[in-house]
Amino acid sequence: MRLRGLSLRYVLRRLGTFALTIWLAASLIFVIPRLMAGNPVAAMVGKISLQSGSAANGNSAGLIAAWNARFGLNDPAIVQYLLFLKNSVTFNFGFSITDFPATVNQLIGAALPWTLALMFLATLISFVIGSAIGALMAWRGTPSVLRSILPFSLTFTAIPSFMLGLLLLYVFSYTLGWFPTSNAYDLGVTAGLNWPFLSSVIHHGVLPALTIVGASMGFWALSMRGMMVTIEGEDYMVLGEAKGLRPSRLFWRYRIRNAALPQVTSLALTLGSIISGQILVEYLFAYPGVGQLLYQGILNEDYVLVESIVFLLIVTTALAVLVLDLIYPLLDPRISYLREAPR
Amino acid sequence: MTTGNPLGTLLPGAPPTSTRRLAWLNWKLAVGGSMVLAVVGLGLVGPLFWSTRLARPASSPPDLPPLWAHGGTAAHPLGTESLGRDILALLIVGGPASLRVGAIAAGVGLGVAMLLGFVAGYFGGWIDDVVRVLADAWVTIPALAVMVVLAATLSSITVGTEAFLLALFSWPMATRMLRSQMLSMRGRGYVKMARLSGLSNFSIMFREILPNMIPYVVASFVSAMAVAIMAATSLEALGLGPSQTPTLGLTIYYAIQGSALLRGMWWWWGLPLVLLVIIFSGLFIMSIGLDEVSNPRLKRYAQRARRRAPRRPARGTAGAGRSRTAVGSGVGTDQ
Repeated sequence: MRLRGLSLRYVLRRLGTFALTIWLAASLIFVIPRLMAGNPVAAMVGKISLQSGSAANGNSAGLIAAWNARFGLNDPAIVQYLLFLKNSVTFNFGFSITDFPATVNQLIGAALPWTLALMFLATLISFVIGSAIGALMAWRGTPSVLRSILPFSLTFTAIPSFMLGLLLLYVFSYTLGWFPTSNAYDLGVTAGLNWPFLSSVIHHGVLPALTIVGASMGFWALSMRGMMVTIEGEDYMVLGEAKGLRPSRLFWRYRIRNAALPQVTSLALTLGSIISGQILVEYLFAYPGVGQLLYQGILNEDYVLVESIVFLLIVTTALAVLVLDLIYPLLDPRISYLREAPR
Repeated sequence: MTTGNPLGTLLPGAPPTSTRRLAWLNWKLAVGGSMVLAVVGLGLVGPLFWSTRLARPASSPPDLPPLWAHGGTAAHPLGTESLGRDILALLIVGGPASLRVGAIAAGVGLGVAMLLGFVAGYFGGWIDDVVRVLADAWVTIPALAVMVVLAATLSSITVGTEAFLLALFSWPMATRMLRSQMLSMRGRGYVKMARLSGLSNFSIMFREILPNMIPYVVASFVSAMAVAIMAATSLEALGLGPSQTPTLGLTIYYAIQGSALLRGMWWWWGLPLVLLVIIFSGLFIMSIGLDEVSNPRLKRYAQRARRRAPRRPARGTAGAGRSRTAVGSGVGTDQ
């Protein structure tokens, strides 16, 4: 069976690009520190043996062994590099340095649901509100009062999300006291599917979500506006109007529907910066997600944890972009990656 | 600002005439540009009136509020922070430092992008395939995440190192954009003429085509700069930036670490924030202005009588009129 708009050649090329992305990113992480610092691996292992020695943990030999296995310290650089790639690709990250008995995978597993839930909700809200603002900015029928107010909603688009977060945190948490300043739920409530826990989670999630929404919705608005302007010049708009269609039908079925789909491509291209932005927001709000875990790793100089999280972030981003690119022709029948597009 | 290019609209293949230069004078470019220049000016003029040595720790009494708040003194008009640094001095040093990081990163990135994008778009063939796949693969790497590892692994980095690391991630977006513009320029009449008259490929690319691509090149530079400064500030706010230079992000990092939020010391994080907002908004408004220069559809949109737009050949991704401005990505069209 042949999927609509997808040729085998395109899918293969897209998969190749995906693999290339992962390889490039992993290589950057491996090569640059070794080019710049003397021998970070030796320094890191020195640090580990110091820490595990002082912790008087009987398992410290296992840690060293895990590290030696990961980096193959006595091997030539090329062997080390290949081992690093193999362990990364198989998600064999080993132990965390600071939370020693825990493996990196356990730590990330505990943090991931928070990050995914927050990111998914915030991106969805931001997409809907942002696209609505962009559509209204481009539409001729928008009341002029609204038209003059709308651009102000883009104010925070130009600044990094954590800066908006600082402002919200100061005003609503520290000054007004409406929202908690850190964590994802009150420590007093028991986790589970009960109302006190859920309401606590929502209460803690409002500001981080608001930060991400406020900082990213302007992006959707701008690209939506650009698409609407382009569509305005298309022949089918002239035809639709000549046929005497109702303005509301022209707006929803002709303008919005055609402008909304290309936003998927925009989502694919900005996913990396959305994820990066979230790291900072979690750090700021001490939200127990992957970003906060990453920051803890940096603080404790837990390089294994830091490298692993970043590698996962890269894989996640690349995977999401790959999926978006592959389903895009299915969503939008106008797009075809077939060599001879049917006219 | 409404002065278009009458010849250009009649003859789609004609090179832009000198009237095009007037299109540069749009108020968005002017407003955005002067906001950025104001920060540059702060760095140039500030040291003449204020000692930048006060940006060092323990150079001033700690925890003073600004002049207009209760307890402020004229000796430190914008207050001081907990380690005894003067906020005004921090702004004078930090604002231009942020701009410099962005300019270096964007400059290096754009240099690479111009070379790769021009060559790929002009020659096509396997060179184009290699460059396109490389840029496509690279563009999806989340820059900040990789930077975090690099900066955390390297013991201490300088402003120069930071800018270099940022340049590693600023070229793919610009390359994609310049390549697609070169693709559309390649078939124009004046390029064919130049080729017929026996000019070398290098001269055609950089002497004939480049001057017509200036709006796109400048737009790429501005957006690359905004992205680079954004990543640099985020990195610094995590405490991973250059530790020797008192950048704005580093000041915010110290403010978070020193519980400035809890202690109500809003000037410690708020004033660097204001300066950053001026920088980012300035660059953002500039790139919207540049978007209108390079994509006249957006500019003419308001007053344009409804007429048929020329049909474009169907391409892979979305339409040509999409404006992708500043934040998180490149400016203008890409394919």
